[in-house]
Amino acid sequence: MIMDDDKKVKKVGTAAIPDELEIEGKYSRSSLYKDAWKRLKKNKLAMLGLGIVIFLVILAIFAPLIAPYDPNARVKEDSALGPSSQYWFGTDLLGRDILSRVVYGSRISIEVGIVAVGISVGLGLFFGALSGYFGRWPDAVIMRVADIFFAFPYILGAIAIMTILGSGIVNIFIAIGVLGWAYFARIFRGSILSIKNKEYIEAARALGASNTRIIVKHIFPNAIAPIIVYATMNVGTAIIVEASLSFLGIGVQPPTPAWGKMLSESLSFIDIAPWMMLFPGLAIVITVLGFVLLGDGLRDAFDPKMKN
Amino acid sequence: MTGNGKNNTVLEVNDLRTYFYTDNGIVKAVDGVSFDLKKGETLGIVGETGSGKSVTALSILRLIPEPPGKVVGGEIIFNGSDLLKLRKRDLQKYRGNRISMIFQDPMTSLNPVYTVGNQLIESVVIHRKLKKEEAVKEAVRLLQMVGITEAGNRLSSYPHEFSGGMRQRVMIAMAIANSPDILIADEPTTALDVTIQAQILELVDEIKKKTNSSIILITHDLGVVAKYAERVMVMYAGKPVEFSTVDNIFYRPMHPYTLGLMNSITRLDEEKREKLKPIKGSPPSLIELPAGCTFRNRCKFYSDECRKGFPPMKEVEEGHFAACYMAADILKNRAAKDNIDG
Repeated sequence: MIMDDDKKVKKVGTAAIPDELEIEGKYSRSSLYKDAWKRLKKNKLAMLGLGIVIFLVILAIFAPLIAPYDPNARVKEDSALGPSSQYWFGTDLLGRDILSRVVYGSRISIEVGIVAVGISVGLGLFFGALSGYFGRWPDAVIMRVADIFFAFPYILGAIAIMTILGSGIVNIFIAIGVLGWAYFARIFRGSILSIKNKEYIEAARALGASNTRIIVKHIFPNAIAPIIVYATMNVGTAIIVEASLSFLGIGVQPPTPAWGKMLSESLSFIDIAPWMMLFPGLAIVITVLGFVLLGDGLRDAFDPKMKN
Repeated sequence: MTGNGKNNTVLEVNDLRTYFYTDNGIVKAVDGVSFDLKKGETLGIVGETGSGKSVTALSILRLIPEPPGKVVGGEIIFNGSDLLKLRKRDLQKYRGNRISMIFQDPMTSLNPVYTVGNQLIESVVIHRKLKKEEAVKEAVRLLQMVGITEAGNRLSSYPHEFSGGMRQRVMIAMAIANSPDILIADEPTTALDVTIQAQILELVDEIKKKTNSSIILITHDLGVVAKYAERVMVMYAGKPVEFSTVDNIFYRPMHPYTLGLMNSITRLDEEKREKLKPIKGSPPSLIELPAGCTFRNRCKFYSDECRKGFPPMKEVEEGHFAACYMAADILKNRAAKDNIDG
């Protein structure tokens, strides 16, 4: 007997065949996602990651209620004050409260992280699936276009797009999102290629499943793990790229607070006013960490063999 | 090649040709296979690796990966219509419903991310509109039918929690979920150990008797064929070479290849322990098939006639077909020999 999970094998009396009432009570048709959620809940690190992400989302949504000061107002005539009981994170060169700016900055970072990566993942999954599942000319065309995107340095591509579209948050989404799709398409295509020839796909086809059903129900959950991991790591990259664009003056326009922008502004003062850099820096680290932990947990949660 | 009682036939395959277009040339994996399957019958298809058994089976459900494969000719008549001419959507209604398939390796035939129950229920609801509770009950019934105890609890197990034999039972349960007319078992026991093999084959046989479905049993194990099949088709290099009842194939083989196969297995009913006689040589490349009989280079009955063309399948005696110019002579000699021996 391979099954060794005692919790699952509940004794059904002495009879080998359980009666019907017992069956109905015990078996609820568990969906993949419900089961994945159950496994995710058991993973403490993943829950920590989820906690961080949820915290950041709340922070971003309720920033006006949470931030103690107006992020753009000069609260103090003296600039670059160190952390104090009044200004927990200190103030910046212009005398603005850093805590408030970090809180508001979460808006840009979370938006860029989620929306831009979301665009990349969406495009990548769609074209990757098309490419991997159908092969032949769609594959050739899509992968050659992806090659063109690979040829562009990320930042250079982003600058080019931002120059054409103009600066602004929506255009940052588009630039970062569109530039990232090729990586996701490549990864997803690879997973699909390895999975579509598995026997259980053939078995599903022999059972009469349609193409859509096979892609959505059988290939997708098996191919998604590397995408989840790469997407969560990409959130960090997206935040950094946004920061770089803002630093170059074509991203978020001042005075809108953004972590990356705050970092670049404080770069020259690291030895006199380290807190100016420390807090937005920490915010980025914690955000990226939260997403990575969550992503790692999600990957494990989608694999039934990774029990406990 | 339909015998008598045509109304009893559930499946008729005529001159099926499935080719694979590779960089090295066209592989004629199946080249002119014809057979019929009767209701409630187990038809064995035997042959060595690469003889086209599995491709024949996959072609019936049109599961050949395209490209590189393609069914280039022939017809597969099921239920009055040619499966090869059906639209994809219509074909999906047959797959898993009227004709279903058990695959070779149970370890990889179940989707690892879904519970056994989930997959069983899927196989039921794809073709039948059932309420959730009814589908669950049906899944439990199916699991019990294939001999899995505590079926109700096992539904929420994942495939990796099952042994190979149990997984193959689940595969069988999925295959019979909609009481198919035809069950294609493509080497269902090759990946299992010997004791489990027997259990699985008994199970398949039992299910056939219960549901009165027909079975196409593909195997390279002659012992399995002898025990479970009623009729046997022997394949060689993509073509059927002999087709008859299991008794005829085993006791009165008339194609030299079948003769060779019989000489290369151990038999308990022989008095003298003789050395096994393997067939010399190896099968030809399916890309460059020799003109004439494809077996002629390995054949001891080889004559000039064999160069002319591949010998047509002929009914040499009633219900006993062979694709060999010498078949009648081989049979005559055997009869003479049996007379002397007897």
